[in-house]
Parts: sequence; C-alpha cells; structure tokens
Amino acid sequence: MENKELSSLTEKARQIRKDAIEMIGRFGVGHIGGVMSIIEALTTIYYYSANIDPKVPRAQGRDRIIMSKGHAGPAVYSILSDLGYFDKSLNSTLNQNGTSLPSHCDMNKTVGIDMTAGSLGQGLSAGIGMALAAKLDKNPCNIYVVLGDGESQEGQVWEASMLAGSKKLSNLIVLLDSNRLQLDGYVEDINGLEPITDKWRAFNFFVQDVDGHNIEEIANAIDNAKAQNEKPNMIVLRTIKGKGASFAEGISACHSMAISEEMWRKEVCKEGKND
Amino acid sequence: MTDELEMRQVYCAKLIELSKADENIVVLEADLMSANGTKNFFKEVPEKAFNVGIAEANMIGVAAGMATFGKIPFAATFAPFATRRCYDQIAISVAYSKLPVKIVGTDPGVCAEVNGGTHMSFEDMGIMRGICDMVCFEPTDATMMSKAMKQIAYNGKPTYVRLFRKKAEKVFDDSLDFQLGKAIEIKDGKDVTLFASGIMVDRAIKASELLASDGISAKVVNIHTWKPIDEEAIISSAKATGAVVVCENHSIRNGLSSAVSEVLVQNFPVPAEFVGINERFGEVGKNAYLSEKFGITTEDIVKAAKKAVSRKG
Repeated sequence: MENKELSSLTEKARQIRKDAIEMIGRFGVGHIGGVMSIIEALTTIYYYSANIDPKVPRAQGRDRIIMSKGHAGPAVYSILSDLGYFDKSLNSTLNQNGTSLPSHCDMNKTVGIDMTAGSLGQGLSAGIGMALAAKLDKNPCNIYVVLGDGESQEGQVWEASMLAGSKKLSNLIVLLDSNRLQLDGYVEDINGLEPITDKWRAFNFFVQDVDGHNIEEIANAIDNAKAQNEKPNMIVLRTIKGKGASFAEGISACHSMAISEEMWRKEVCKEGKND
Repeated sequence: MTDELEMRQVYCAKLIELSKADENIVVLEADLMSANGTKNFFKEVPEKAFNVGIAEANMIGVAAGMATFGKIPFAATFAPFATRRCYDQIAISVAYSKLPVKIVGTDPGVCAEVNGGTHMSFEDMGIMRGICDMVCFEPTDATMMSKAMKQIAYNGKPTYVRLFRKKAEKVFDDSLDFQLGKAIEIKDGKDVTLFASGIMVDRAIKASELLASDGISAKVVNIHTWKPIDEEAIISSAKATGAVVVCENHSIRNGLSSAVSEVLVQNFPVPAEFVGINERFGEVGKNAYLSEKFGITTEDIVKAAKKAVSRKG
C-alpha cells in the first residue's frame, strides 16, 4: 500500500471514529467499546478491499459484509452514511423511536446492511450460507464476517467454523475483533478463548494475526486472504476495546456506557491522530 | 400413485421436480438425509444438496444466508431439533430477517414412536406459530404433500412443515383442490365440528362414522395450515354446528386447540373439547399404544364429541 493511500485511510478512520462517538454520544448511551475497537478493520474493508457500490446497494455481484457482533452497528452506520448509502443526517436518529438505525444491525431497516445480527453467534452461519450460494452461482464475491471474541463463546460459531473449514470456503474472510473484553469483564477470566489462532487453524482456516488498529497490516492480511484458494480465512485483530475514545479506552466497563455531552464533544473536537 | 408413497418419498420427489425447474431450490440436512428421505436428491442434484452434519443451529443460519442470495432452502431434521433446538436462529436469522427458509420437522408427536421422549415433539407447532410471520403447515397425506410443495416453495414466507415421514392414511384423491391456508371440509354435519390435522384427520373421519351410528352428525374439517389459520372456516363451522372438537397430535396448550380457541372466543364462542396431548412428555412405543396412552384415538374423539354436544345450551 502506498503511503498516500495509507494516510488517506488513516484519516478516514479518524473521521469515522469521531462520527461514531458523536452518534452514540448524542443518544447518550451505547456500545462504545466494541464500536471503537473495530473502526480500522471496517475502514479497511469498506474503503480498501470490498467490492461495493453505494449506488447499487443490492448488486448481485457485490461483496457481502456481515457484522455478526451486531452491537457494533454505529461503526457500520458511520461508514455507510459517509459512503452515501443514506444521508448523514440519519445518524442523529440512532436508537430513537422509529429509527432505521437500531443499535444492532438489521438488513430490513438499514440500506447497506447485508445480514441481520444481534443475537450473538449467528453471523458466521449466514456468511457460510452466502459463501456456498456464491460458489453455486459462480459469483466471484467475497463474504466478510466480523466476529466478536466474547461472541465466540457461542457454540454456533464453532458449528459454523467446522463446516467452513470442511467445505474449504476460501471466499469467506472472517475477522475476529479480539479486544479481550466482554460485558462482564475480561474474556480470559470469564471463558477464555486462547490460544485463539491455534483453534482456528485446527478448524482448517488460513489464520493471520494482526494489529487490529494498523490499517496496513489489516489490508495486507485481506490481500493475502484473497490470494489463497485453499481455506476459509481468519484474521485475528488484536484490538483495544474503546480505542481512541479517551473516556472508554482501557476501561473494563466500556462495553456499553453512558456518555455525557462533554465527553463526546471533547473527543470530536480533538485535533490530529487519536493516538 | 402418489398415495402409495411414504410422505418423505413425496417430499424428495417434489424437491427433485422443483429443482429441475428452478435452480434456486436447495436442500439442507443435518445428518438425517436417509431418515428424511432426501437421499435421492443428494444423488440426483448433488450440487444443490448440503449435509451440514449434526449441527442444526448452523444449518438454519446457513439456510438463511443462502436465502439472501435468492435461494429457496428446504432444511429438514426431526421435529424437536428443527424447532426447539434452534428456535432463536429461526426467530432471528430467518423470520426477523424476513428470509423465506423452509424448515421441515419430521416425525412429529407420537410418530416418533421408538425414538421416544427425547425425539417426541408435542410443542413444535406451538413455538413456531409464536414467531411472527411464520407459516405453519401439517400435511395430511401424500396427495396433499405433493400438491403443497410448490406452494410452500413459492409463498415467499418462512415456513414450517410438520411432516409425518412414513406412509400416511389416504384421505384425499387427486381431485383435491389444495390451497395453503385454506381449511378443507371433508364431510358435512350439523351437530358438531371435528377440526383435525395430520394423522388425526383419518381418526376424525372414522369418529364421525361412529358418531353417525349414535345419531350424531359430525362435520369434519381438516385444518392443515395452523398459521395463518382459516378463520372463516372455523367461524362458519362453529355457527353451523354449535360445538367443536379439536383433534391434534400435539400439545393442546399452544397447539391447534389454542389456535382454534383464539378464533372462536373472539368471534363465535361455542362449547369446545380438545383431543390432544395434555401436559405429558413422550416416551417410546408404537403409535397405537402411545395414542391410547395419551388419549388421541378415534374413541377419544367420539367421547369428546359427545361431551361437546351435551354442553350445547
């Protein structure tokens, strides 16, 4: 990736992060932790790697993007509105009565959302169904699925991973947001996932382990994923929950938290890089 | 002849027929293709057949994902596993997502026979009809199943099919004019209506014959689609006969008895008796033994009908 493109993507991620903080902040409460941790990965998918056209959101040949950790909806909405899937003014309706932007992603409410998620553990199965259907249709699209690490405690994730590995679904690119925190505390304290890369390798995935806030590493990993045709892909994103929101980063209770106007305005007005 | 076939043979033959005309028909199994009779589909249309292994929740999610590509997935397993085991996946990935996945639960109620209590679903239709927009259908015989498959495939709705997989008693001939959602009056009568579904339809017909010899004229109506239910047929039958009996191979709580009662109490309340499973879990045994033990035989219908008639004002 050229420096110019990297700095442009980095700036884009910074802007998306601010939009997401403002969106949740204006509502006053939300899943800030898991929204912040996935910003760089989503920016890379939507602005660098995915074959999508906001003008034709239901195009048959488009790549599909499933936010299986559905509570990260505001991160996706910041991007979709920036790309023009819908007007940016909608962002201030997040979670308001009658909104088309619910906290958890909903394919029937929001233009640009490819699969409904929110009840954790279900997105990967749907992604496998899409990957199988795409192969059947000789549709060259890729299917991106973003999983949470806490979410991976759901048994269905492993039912699904077994099938994806068994069917060698190389058009499937799964990204695991390993921010190490779930609602009640640290994943490793509650029901540990490590060694997570070994687990996915054992399920016959092509596994890469990257810094989930380093756009260049994420982009390279996705390029590598697209270049191999043998296995489904797992990109483990080592992330920080709440990343870039000073009131949330490193706070173990940042899964969902109340945010005052002062808190979000301070972040949104920050100049320069988040880090 | 269709009526010589087991229900699962009809299911498979129609899937093959539909898939020849429409490349979007796909079939999913969770290690029960032999039991559910779709082995021939796997043999004849292997590229459209997916055995996901013993992982029902994943099967439902995979079917949902396929449906987003315009596929029409038929996913089958035994009734309890097709419903209660993956209820949230059906509710969220299928129904809430408005994806027209077809879920087929085989061996319902006492039809599970020697698979016993763990495999004996008396609540499958109850929980499925509790999901918004879910179409719930129980075919009566092979002829109906044959005529229903195309309508199920193309109704555009998530649909649950409660399928007795073996040879059902023949009730209908080829002249059957079948419409999903429309109850069928099999026999007219004036004293009591017997609403029946699945294996209970044949028993209700036999009960009506016994009742006739006792001077009671029973109307027999097959409610094959529990949701959306044919309200008009229920109300008009209640008006015509003034008493009803609901006959089901299912728990009366949240089953067809509940569904019929919901219509009656809001529109035209009449004395109603229920012949179904009443607060019991299943157990191993043959259909005849279990039916007697759980009180869903022809004789139970006769008794209930007499009681319903006696309660008329």
